[in-house]
Formats: sequence, C-alpha cells, structure tokens
Amino acid sequence: MPVTTINNREIHVNDEGFLTEYDEWDEDLAKVLAQNIGIDLTDEHWKVIRFLRDDFKTQGETPTTRRVQTAGGVPTKEQFELFPKKPAKKMAYIAGLPKPHGCV
Amino acid sequence: MSTDQITAAGARIKRRLVVLGGGTAGTMAANKLRHRLPTDDWSITVVDQSPTHFYQPGFLFLPFGTYQPHEVWRPRERYIHHGIELVEAEIDHVAPDENVVVLKDARELPYDYLIIATGTTPRPDQTPGMADDMGGDVHQFYTYDGAVRLAERFRTWDGGRLVVHVTEMPIKCPVAPLEFTFLADAFFTDKGMRDRVDLTYVTPLEGAFTKPVSSHVLGGMLADRKIALESDFMIESVDPVAKKLVSYDGREIEYDLLVTVPVNMGADFVARSGLGDDLNYVPVDKETLLSKAHDNIFAIGDASNIPASKAGSVAHFSMEQLPDNFVDHVHGRPMRHRFDGHANCFIETGHGKGLLIDFNYDTEPLTGKYPLPGVGPFSLLQETAANHWGKVSFRWMYWNLLLPGRPIPLPSRMTMAGKHQPADS
Repeated sequence: MPVTTINNREIHVNDEGFLTEYDEWDEDLAKVLAQNIGIDLTDEHWKVIRFLRDDFKTQGETPTTRRVQTAGGVPTKEQFELFPKKPAKKMAYIAGLPKPHGCV
Repeated sequence: MSTDQITAAGARIKRRLVVLGGGTAGTMAANKLRHRLPTDDWSITVVDQSPTHFYQPGFLFLPFGTYQPHEVWRPRERYIHHGIELVEAEIDHVAPDENVVVLKDARELPYDYLIIATGTTPRPDQTPGMADDMGGDVHQFYTYDGAVRLAERFRTWDGGRLVVHVTEMPIKCPVAPLEFTFLADAFFTDKGMRDRVDLTYVTPLEGAFTKPVSSHVLGGMLADRKIALESDFMIESVDPVAKKLVSYDGREIEYDLLVTVPVNMGADFVARSGLGDDLNYVPVDKETLLSKAHDNIFAIGDASNIPASKAGSVAHFSMEQLPDNFVDHVHGRPMRHRFDGHANCFIETGHGKGLLIDFNYDTEPLTGKYPLPGVGPFSLLQETAANHWGKVSFRWMYWNLLLPGRPIPLPSRMTMAGKHQPADS
C-alpha cells in the first residue's frame, strides 16, 4: 500500500490517493485534501464530512449519495453544489474514506 | 429452537420454513432445502404474489424480437417441488419479533425460519418525470410488460436519437443496459437503418462499467460501434415534454426515444417491516446471507444487501452453499461455507457474439478462459460466438437444472485458474 506525506505525517493511501486507514485522518488533513481538489471547506462542507465519518464508523462503509440525503439530511442537489460534478467521490476523498462502492 | 417438539398427544410438530418470493433464488432455496430437510420435521412454504415465473434474462431479447413473449414465462407451480406448499398471496409485512408473516388478505404464516427472496423491481416513480411518458417515448425493459411494449415500439420506430440510460446503482443484471445498447446497434444495422439512429449510453458510473479492466474493454466496444458515452451522469429528472434528461450538475441530454433502467428497489413490505435499508434491501452477513438483525432470517438473491451483482448467477452460486449452512445454523453450529460473491455474466454484444465476465467480491472481471484454464470453452472479456451460444443455451439450463436445484458443473466459489492477472497486482 503506497504511503504519502501530508503535513509531515506518513499517510497510507491507495493508488487513487484515497486514505486507507480510518484513524490516520484528522481535520487538518481534511483541509489539505480539500485544497488538493480545489475546495474551500465551509460549515456546510464540515457537516457533510462529519456525517460521513460517523456513518462509516457505525455502518462499516462509506454512505452513498442516497444515504447522505436520507440519513444525513443533505439533499443530493446540495451535495452537488458543495462538491461539484463528482460529489460522492470528492466527499469520500476529503473525509479520508473509500469511495462508496458502485458494485459490479 | 428445540429439535423435537412433541404435543401432549405425542404428535410431532414440524418446524416451519417460510420462503418469501418464488423467483430464481426462492425456488432454488425451497427445492434444495426440501431435498435436504426431513419432511417429518420441517414444513416449507413459498409465498409469491404471481402464478407466473418469468425467465428475466429473456426480457432483454423481447424488444428485438429474438424471443417471443410466451418463451419467457412458465407456471410457477411447475417448478416448486412436491412437499412444498405454494401460497399465492401478497405480503403485507413481517413481524420479526413475533416470527410471523402477515399477508394482505390477513392470513398469518408463523415461521421458525424465514428466507426473504422477493428480489428487486424498477421504480420509475422515484425519478421526477420518468413515469409520465412510460410506454410512449420513455421505456424500460426490466419488466415483462415494459419489454413487450418496447418491442411494439421498435417494430415501427423509424429512427432518431435513442438514449439508453441507467438511473442509479445498484441495478439487477448490471450488464443488461450495455447489452441492450450493443443489441440495438446490431438490430438497427440489420434493418438497414443504423445511419438514422443516434445511439447514446448514459450512466452514473465513471466509465462504461464499474471496474477498470472491464470498463476499458466495454468502453472501447461502445466507441467502435459509434455509440456516444455520457458518464458521471446523475439524473435529477426527466422532462417528458421537452424530451430530455436533466442531471444534478446541469447537463441535459435530449432523446427521441429513451430506454431507461429506473431506480431498483427491494419489496415494499421489507420497508414496512423495518427490515431494509434505504433501497429496501435486507442487511445480511455477506458470507452467510444471515440477517444482521435477526438470527432466524436469511435474505437471498436480489433481496439482500450483499455487495455483489444482483444476478441469477450470484443467486445460483450462493444457493449451492445454503443447504449445508442452513442445517449447520439450525443445529447451532457455525456455518461451514463462506460465500465469496462469485458472479458470472454473459454479455451479448451483437451479431451472434458475446463476452463473458467472471468475478467476485475481491476480484474484478479479468481476461482468460472459463471454466477450464487454457481450454475454456468460454473466453473472458473477449467477443466470441461461443459466449453467445453459452448465453442462449443457458435458458434450457435455467428451467431444467438451475431451478430444480440439480448440479451444474461449475465451482460455486470463483477461481483464479485460467485468469490473467493485471501486471501491477
């Protein structure tokens, strides 16, 4: 598993740059990851990111766009406004979680 | 659960297995378990709302006239084995704390063990505007009626912009929309009107398919056939008057004829019973199919939330393991088989050829030969006539081997034998 350095810390990532260790993430890291994809994190962004982190912990998988809407209370339209074009992928990336599974 | 329940009069009370849904998975499970569980000890009941068993893989062929409607259904009761009670009824809800199924006609079916096998269905009402013109310029082929209606339309359609669309994953038979597109390309070519048809494939996925190797191969095949690909398209609504799809990020795709795969959801009673996730699938252990919430409920086939394809082949491979696992479980033993999410799918690519993909939870579709290394006879991720014949001959196997629970000589767990691993793995 590749390792990269962010904020002087060694972070385990997969070949797309997504974090692979849940506990290596923190909010400072999130800011850097967001910067990497050109997103400035507002309170609305943080609300979504925190929901993703909590939900992953209880459900064992990254919530889908649908679940972020129904369980997280963030309408899909808003997800697209906060994380343009590919919200599911971007949200997961910033939250240090795997992409939600689009199974075969 | 006690193994021996004797009434005061000394008569044996049977334990009751109730199977909800008599489709592919439900029929296999009931038949295999009837063969395995002593009739003195166990009653088995299958509940289904319809007396008709559809061969769902046949729906894909109806719009193109390859199959006629009568070839894709048979009476359900013919495939339910002796010693199983078949109840034709709609399910109102399950009360899992009381171990009872309540039917819409108010009959109650108490159970000791429950198997939920009620599958998944297309829900056009989940997308604003999608249901408004269904059967007119908007179609879907995931139901018998829809496929028959589309066949009527295709007989007289004179060309224009044909858009094939997937609303949201997961869907059952995830390859079917691609197959449909390939077959449409061949169909209109054979009719001498391909130059009058503008074909576009629209998907919420990042590419033509879900995993890198197969996505690359299938994407290339779309391009070869001059089929446009619009990916990362998350539909917000259909405008049936202006005839366009509108995405959440403001893209618009116009159509003359739209063939969509609507949102797929599990049965509504699953939601009413508090047993499902936000798409009405029952959360289960992905290796044993046992409900995470209830120790005496299994969910099998498309009705479960396992992260495998919703496909008949997955149901088949998982059902091979069910009888042993079920017997282990009711005797309080750990279940001995671990399902690996094995699936294989023949993909029709047109003009008498097809692809085959073989994969599981951990391994994406790879190239190679199946089932025998080097020999095949089926080639993985390659267009061959043999694969097409594999798909076509499967229909006989479905009715005569699969549903009755007879052995099919393929290992239930996926094997890497015969596969080419990608260079960087």
